[in-house]
Amino acid sequence: MSLDKATVASIATLARLRVPDDRLEPMVGDLNAILGFVEQLNQVNTDGVEPLANVTGHALPQREDAVTDGGYPERVTLNAPDPAGDFYAVPKVVE
Amino acid sequence: MGGLLDLDLVAARDALRAGETTSTELTRAYLDRIEATRNLNAYITVTADRALAMAKVCDEKLAKGEGGPLEGLPIAVKDLFCTEGVLTTAASHILDGFKPPYESTVTSNLWGAGAVMLGKTNLDEFAMGSSNETSYYGPAVNPWRAADDAETKLVPGGSSGGSASAVAGRAALAATGTDTGGSIRQPAGFTGIVGMRPTYGRCSRWGIVAFASSLDQAGPMTRTVADAALMLSGMAGHDPKDSTSAPLPVPDFSAGLEDGVKGLRIGVPKEYRIDGMPAEIEKLWAQGVEWLKDAGAEIVDISLPHTPYALPTYYIIAPAEASSNLARYDGVRYGLRVDGDSLAEMYANTRGAGFGAEVQRRILIGTYVLSAGYYDAYYRKAQRVRSLIRRDFDQAFETVDAILAPTAPSDAFAIGAEVDDPVKMYLNDVFTVPLNLAGLPGISVPAGLSARGLPLGLQVMGAMFEEAKLLRVARALEKAAAFAARPAMLEGI
Repeated sequence: MSLDKATVASIATLARLRVPDDRLEPMVGDLNAILGFVEQLNQVNTDGVEPLANVTGHALPQREDAVTDGGYPERVTLNAPDPAGDFYAVPKVVE
Repeated sequence: MGGLLDLDLVAARDALRAGETTSTELTRAYLDRIEATRNLNAYITVTADRALAMAKVCDEKLAKGEGGPLEGLPIAVKDLFCTEGVLTTAASHILDGFKPPYESTVTSNLWGAGAVMLGKTNLDEFAMGSSNETSYYGPAVNPWRAADDAETKLVPGGSSGGSASAVAGRAALAATGTDTGGSIRQPAGFTGIVGMRPTYGRCSRWGIVAFASSLDQAGPMTRTVADAALMLSGMAGHDPKDSTSAPLPVPDFSAGLEDGVKGLRIGVPKEYRIDGMPAEIEKLWAQGVEWLKDAGAEIVDISLPHTPYALPTYYIIAPAEASSNLARYDGVRYGLRVDGDSLAEMYANTRGAGFGAEVQRRILIGTYVLSAGYYDAYYRKAQRVRSLIRRDFDQAFETVDAILAPTAPSDAFAIGAEVDDPVKMYLNDVFTVPLNLAGLPGISVPAGLSARGLPLGLQVMGAMFEEAKLLRVARALEKAAAFAARPAMLEGI
């Protein structure tokens, strides 16, 4: 299966990534090369095989649902490009 | 000065404890060396003042006979580990100016053990690459040059290329790396040093900029196997802040290092004999088998039948996880912001300008394979094949103690030689990626020189959480290989 330019543009929109028009064409080629490469997996019979995500076999730990950290908004927002007091500021969302 | 820089981590520790040198003296020697090797572009940030301040504290402790296992030893940190108040870039434009208000668990453990921070090393952007060429800060350079071409600059491998260059070029006593698909072992192989990826969960991932969370693992990059054991002890340990961190005690990795391989069974996987593998690598591998046999190991031919599918599996799972992890870079909370007329436009402009080409490729592939309608065909499928790859290793480790294979399918290549073909670049990790998918530990040991006079590594792979045994085999290999070659640039220091 092969991606066309319009599909790549829509994936870029989903990924919130501005890819300028002149960069789109080479990107289509690169992505199709990668997808062509991973296509080999169709040769493998995986019927009845469970997907693997947790390699150590350790169960995820659970803890009490309680606040264990926080209370320092000035540290949390320390690196914000455009903070407003203790808040992050973004372009206007609601008119 | 050459004398000081020639001490490895263990020797430097002993010299400090014996009072033969001081941490300040050692740290100054490395800071001078860093300045003298700026052309390696191994560091993104050098923290000279902090290093000297840390060394001073270490010297006070050492003078009183106190201090941790790494007290006073100056090391470098891959610039993927968050370091409190120190620029942390992941070699990406998008993290411009980011100074974390917290310290990663691994580096925090290292400083707690007494280590001194020299600075932050170069890497492929977000650790995505095998040559260090995707760095926003330019490529790190391999200290080695080909015997027949001293002019051409070579890559140090990647993604932990700056760490590898720094250690091989004597601009750090040791360094941290991270290994998602081979990013510690392959650069270690390319630069003639030891690089170890521990079992997934052995070192905490907390505070390490995330690439692919089910594959990422931190590890040591050092001059010797004994150094790797020492440094790993200072990095590892259970951390409640990382839910995937293993709730296991950390053994003394240095104990039993010299016990040899007598009676151990070493597997040689036939699927690693790939088409087009250079004869010199095949020969070195056979030599490695002989070395371990001569040292008393029993050699067993084994099969890991799903090996050919490891790379394609990786290039679905890693980008999928990356596309999710990198969603956090949006211009709102840290780093670069490129304005736009709306919030959505600001996100897209920031991410379009802030991420380099390889990172963008992986975000797009990851977004695609996770999207509705393709999730089962790509992502689920890859996770199922991942199960089969893991099963291959589980079956192998029922009969063998460790597995021996090459580290990489070539020696170091020229900067610029492979950048135009992403899939060709991916093939660098053909021997290292299976281990990451299975979650197992592995180590690259410098074992010989190619015909061009460049280092080649052999890789030992071990069973889950059996790092001690893995290090023991690696030490036997190191002893037999007796790799003593040095890059020409080290002459006269």
